[in-house]
Amino acid sequence: MISPLDILTSDLLRYPLIIAVLIGLTAPVVGTYLVQKRLSLLGDGLGHVALTGVALGWLVGAWISASPADLLAIPGALAASVIGALLIEYVREISHTSRDVALAILFYGGIAGGVVIIQLAGGTSQNLMGYLFGSLSTVTALDTIISSVLAVLVLVIGVGLSGLLSAVTADEEFARASGLPVRLVNVLIAVLAALTVTLSMRIVGALMVSALMIVPVAAAQQLVVGFARTMRTAMAIAVVCSLGGLLITVYVDLPPGGVIVLLTVAAYVLGLVVRAVRPAQRVPAVGGPGPARSATPHH
Amino acid sequence: MSETMPAVIEVSGASVLRGGQRVLDEVDLRVEAGELVALLGANGSGKSTLLRAAVGILPLESGTARLFGAPVHRSTAHDRLGYVPQDSAEAGSIPATAREAVASGLLGARSWWPSRRDERVLTALEAVGMADLASRPITRMSGGQRRRVMIARALVREPELLVLDEPFSGVDLPTQELISELFRELSAAGTSILVVLHETGPLTDDIQRAVVLDHGRVVHDGAAADRPRLHPGHGHPEDAAPLDQCLGQEIHPA
Repeated sequence: MISPLDILTSDLLRYPLIIAVLIGLTAPVVGTYLVQKRLSLLGDGLGHVALTGVALGWLVGAWISASPADLLAIPGALAASVIGALLIEYVREISHTSRDVALAILFYGGIAGGVVIIQLAGGTSQNLMGYLFGSLSTVTALDTIISSVLAVLVLVIGVGLSGLLSAVTADEEFARASGLPVRLVNVLIAVLAALTVTLSMRIVGALMVSALMIVPVAAAQQLVVGFARTMRTAMAIAVVCSLGGLLITVYVDLPPGGVIVLLTVAAYVLGLVVRAVRPAQRVPAVGGPGPARSATPHH
Repeated sequence: MSETMPAVIEVSGASVLRGGQRVLDEVDLRVEAGELVALLGANGSGKSTLLRAAVGILPLESGTARLFGAPVHRSTAHDRLGYVPQDSAEAGSIPATAREAVASGLLGARSWWPSRRDERVLTALEAVGMADLASRPITRMSGGQRRRVMIARALVREPELLVLDEPFSGVDLPTQELISELFRELSAAGTSILVVLHETGPLTDDIQRAVVLDHGRVVHDGAAADRPRLHPGHGHPEDAAPLDQCLGQEIHPA
């Protein structure tokens, strides 16, 4: 039986634990903006592109005889997903009608690229399994350091600039009229999504990264109102699910990504139930102008 | 006035293409400091397009647009502008509370950290009679209440120029009166106002100049009472409104 002390002292478990907390904190931050922009599937597309990056990293690693062979897998995933994020944002900006097609191309191209390139690197698609579905045993100290740096970046930008990012995602027209850097914000959110995909894929897996961005936000929406409260609640749900899922897989031989995502789905269902049984809030009468005070500006 | 101060809005020879069709055709629009100008016209006549081009949301195919004497793409001029879009676009999938929505109005080209606790947010909500609903998500409000929140979001910027696209749309008469009274106060305090209207309504006596558009061209720029009589159906065919909506709009009593 593994004791809590073993979990904290063993590198094999401590690294995944650190990354699980970081994923729980960061994924819903980015997910809140993606849900607001109605781009919930962007994380999925980027997860697939990241697989091509993993295979490319493997290929370069084979060329330079890196040890272990997948030393450059995560840096490769980072580069590929950031480039993919910038491409999808570019397509979104120049064409409003074809962004779902662009996302689909990311999906298919990403997974196909990963399978083909890993073969060129001398590996097999089995080598990608850990990245597709997540794995505890493959997490290294380098992964933990990279993930920590990425998580700090995502949190500093995603939470620190939440006022700006939420204003632009909520109403681009008002943001443009107010002189806000709309294009910069859109690119920032896409890049933040790419960073989150990269830091999450080791444990959760590329196929399920997006779930951790989106489902906790959907669960939070059942419980609270307002943008800031939704983000904070989603972060709390995701941290509990990430840690809880990981601890379950320490004691039961199950894939961590799947368990974590199932817990978030359970949280969403629980949120639905809570919302259904909670007494409805009384909605005050609407339409009356109510008392008003002077609006004279102070030039 | 114009010799010493630049016009707050100056659009010259503006043309805009949409879907291959010219929705604005060589339009000029000038709003002087302190003026209350109404932009009128039938559905699809180009009013909202002109408004958006004037504040830099829509790019011009040709012509120029200036805000406070500076090219409209220069973002610092936008800090002096309060804008209220046509629809309650501020909804998103995660609805903001009224307080959050209004706080976003504190953002500017160089101020990226608004505070929902800023007392100016509550003051602006009080100005439109919505302080009691500050914590309510805007999607749980009536159309009229949402319009008032959007106006508060513009007012919190303490703008020198207020630009509004159909602020009375979906708003009941008492609220129209409330909003009109706000505009009167702001105008008396020197705020310039450019407002797109379907009907002049409670502002009829306050409008200092009316600019009327028809098929993307300015057909009148002068006193509201002298504006030409337009017929239903005038406007851009793509945006043609149902006949029952056109009746009663922009048809000046003989």
